[in-house]
Amino acid sequence: MSCASPCTTPKQVAIPADDGITPEMYRKIDVIVAAHKDKPGSLIPVLQKSQEVCGYLPHSVQRHIAKGMKISPSVVFGVATFYSFFTLVPRGKHVIRVCLGTACYVKRSEEIIDKLKGELGIKVGEITQDGKYSLEAVRCLGACGLAPVVVVGQDTYGDVAATKVMEIVKKYE
Amino acid sequence: MAKLTIADLKKIKEEYHANQQLREGGFTAKITVHMGTCGIAAGARGIMDAILDELNKSGRKDVAITTSGCAGLCSKEPMLTIERTGEAPVKYIALTPDKARKIFTEHVMGGNAVKEYALVVGHETTY
Amino acid sequence: MICAGTGCVANGSLKVKDAFDKELVARNLQNEIKVVLTGCNGFCAKGPVIVVYPEDIFYQQVRPEDVSHLVEEHFIKGRPVQKFLYTPPAKKDAIPVMNEIPFFKHQVLRALRNRSLIDAEKIEEYIARDGYMAAVKALTEMTPEQIVAEMKRSGLRGRGGAGFLTGLKWELCLKVKGDIKYILCNGDEGDPGAFMDRSVMEADPHSVLEGMIIAAKAIDAHYGYIYVRAEYPLAVHRLQLAIDQAKERGLLGKDILGTGFDLDIEIYQGAGAFVCGEETALMASIEGLRGMPRPKPPFPVYKGLFQRPSVLNNVETFANVPPIILHGADWHASLGTEKSKGTKVFALSGALNNIGLVEVPMGIPLKTIIYDIGGGIKGNRKFKAVQMGGPSGGCIPESLIDTPVDYENITKTGAIMGSGGMVVMDETTCMPAMAKFFLEFTEDESCGKCVPCRIGNKTLLTILERITNGEGREGDIDLLLQLSQQVKDASLCGLGQTSPNPILTTIKYFRDEYEAHIHEKRCPARVCTPLVKFKVNEEKCKKCGLCYKNCPVGAITWEKGKVASIDLEKCTKCKTCIKNCRFWAID
Repeated sequence: MSCASPCTTPKQVAIPADDGITPEMYRKIDVIVAAHKDKPGSLIPVLQKSQEVCGYLPHSVQRHIAKGMKISPSVVFGVATFYSFFTLVPRGKHVIRVCLGTACYVKRSEEIIDKLKGELGIKVGEITQDGKYSLEAVRCLGACGLAPVVVVGQDTYGDVAATKVMEIVKKYE
Repeated sequence: MAKLTIADLKKIKEEYHANQQLREGGFTAKITVHMGTCGIAAGARGIMDAILDELNKSGRKDVAITTSGCAGLCSKEPMLTIERTGEAPVKYIALTPDKARKIFTEHVMGGNAVKEYALVVGHETTY
Repeated sequence: MICAGTGCVANGSLKVKDAFDKELVARNLQNEIKVVLTGCNGFCAKGPVIVVYPEDIFYQQVRPEDVSHLVEEHFIKGRPVQKFLYTPPAKKDAIPVMNEIPFFKHQVLRALRNRSLIDAEKIEEYIARDGYMAAVKALTEMTPEQIVAEMKRSGLRGRGGAGFLTGLKWELCLKVKGDIKYILCNGDEGDPGAFMDRSVMEADPHSVLEGMIIAAKAIDAHYGYIYVRAEYPLAVHRLQLAIDQAKERGLLGKDILGTGFDLDIEIYQGAGAFVCGEETALMASIEGLRGMPRPKPPFPVYKGLFQRPSVLNNVETFANVPPIILHGADWHASLGTEKSKGTKVFALSGALNNIGLVEVPMGIPLKTIIYDIGGGIKGNRKFKAVQMGGPSGGCIPESLIDTPVDYENITKTGAIMGSGGMVVMDETTCMPAMAKFFLEFTEDESCGKCVPCRIGNKTLLTILERITNGEGREGDIDLLLQLSQQVKDASLCGLGQTSPNPILTTIKYFRDEYEAHIHEKRCPARVCTPLVKFKVNEEKCKKCGLCYKNCPVGAITWEKGKVASIDLEKCTKCKTCIKNCRFWAID
């Protein structure tokens, strides 16, 4: 797993001093924690649902969850950074995911990533200045029949050519 | 819904078996749109919409529409299967909504399979 | 020949076959007349359909009780039986039938038996195709010992990759005393290029639940988890629906079908970590911890989830269980090879014409899968290798294309059966770059717990990076071989023990490519950009101008009848010209 401690965290766009987590969001997290905290092994579902609420898991949210579940913040941090599904930095309005599975690799999905990096001016794991897009490389999505595959938001695109990928991305405003 | 007993289970099996064979279900044709992840990503929802639209326009009540998972041939998605009562099922491949509309008119309504879009006739082997 | 297409099977063709087998033995004709099951002829409405060769006589709608009469008349007296005769309609450029299309002809669906036939979201449709009948049999007629014995006799081996005997695993867990045991399903299909389990969970979720019910009875577990990776939202959705329906109808929960047996099953969604496919890591993940493997023993059948005895099987394994219980161990063992019984599902992808999911009897030659089912290599390219087993597996070259596909023979090539991903590569794939791709994967997915995997894989990757960057050194190949062996020997779990396999097999079969990269600073497949010269080879160039027409930045000059040339000042090294050149004329 990629380590998300400060040493390798991609250069992030400065997160505003207030990290965008509203009291309303905290209330929702409290409900989630209350529903799960007595069941063993529920930290991951709690983090998944909290990320759905907040969009990402900043340290403030992690500490809040740790307190609610009566576990050490380091355990929460350890789990949140271990699994690639969790993100500690905000995501763009539209998340662009490029599949890097074998079948997509054989069909040159790396060239798609290179193209997107160049056009958007960001690296994998980063978000554009205007907050519109973030770029991620993902593990095999199991849609190998359509390789190479790009997912924007909830929509899956198959047989994507590096030269045409920006046409797809531009559809998302 | 009531819990099942073993006898209920066997009854469902008998009833649905007949239905699947289309014999006593009152249907003259069944359309299966294959909707696994691949199929959906390749546009199966658009195919489904086109078929539903054609069915509405036709006013037919004796055509069953259903979905199933992956049909196995991802590179030829989206696919659908048409089965008319008393005939072997026909699998169509690499569809667009327009092709699906044509298949509905000519095969489901008219009884003539559309050769140029069809891949294969029959069932897969299970034993 | 008796049709074994789904349509004819539903009409009882297998019972007709049994009747034939018995009748022929009774008349001592079993050596003269051979009964064979075949694929569909497309006369499904007339099923079961039987074809007699060499006369080519078709019989339709034959019932088991007719068989005796048919054998008597046709085979003894030589008179075809009018009553069942069927004259197929004349063929005039009709649509081909299943049996004529290689993609379907070589497949036998067992784990995928309900493929494209049922609506995954309707439990009744599953029940209609014998669904939950095996669970009924297991819950009412069989003891745990009998279930275990049947599974052992069937020879079913775990379909997740390692190929451990399923029945044996259940037996070990059955013998452990414990008030709480867990039955777990591994749906964390992380190998890139594998999508068998996703398809089963999406298309036939009840078959997984039924397999788990039978296994739970066999080991005396009353609680189960299905661990599904987060990348498969549709599979999670359909499994959840299936669980809800099964609970509502009393097929899960307390007192299943009034038999007194209890089983609850819950879905646990993964959060994106490849290593969680490893059993002890998967269990740690369900416990809410970081998914890190731990040393074995103790094995999970003794101390698994929450320190309780647990059995973990893969999705495809569970899907195979109900028909084995229903039709018996002999039925399962009737297909396959001596040590690898039954069928295996493979996910075909890469440079093939037909990409998709196929289920074939074990022991089928690799060549049949690639050329007949897969339809051969796409475009004007040549087959180079097939990658099996994902990051733990290896590449099998063209010289071994006749290898029968079973656990033992695939292992001999240096690859592994794995969970069933087959990625086919043509000559445009660079093998050292391919090995680098897999090492990037394992280096990233290594959990970091043990040193050989954490640092060894990183070092292997560094060496591969310099080779593909054109900075390879003398001795790098030997260094790779030596370090690979050490990582394999010393790592804690399956991830590190297998991660060097892609390197070892590519060196074994494609050493010349490594040498070209290191000694000649040349990438034969023109993949490693730093090693591509972007210069037109005047001898190979056929002066067709395709490169000129396709160059997106206008860096190529060409005139009719003249060799093209590339202006390196303008060239962005996008390789569009290489992809379009049909003659490998750009160095």
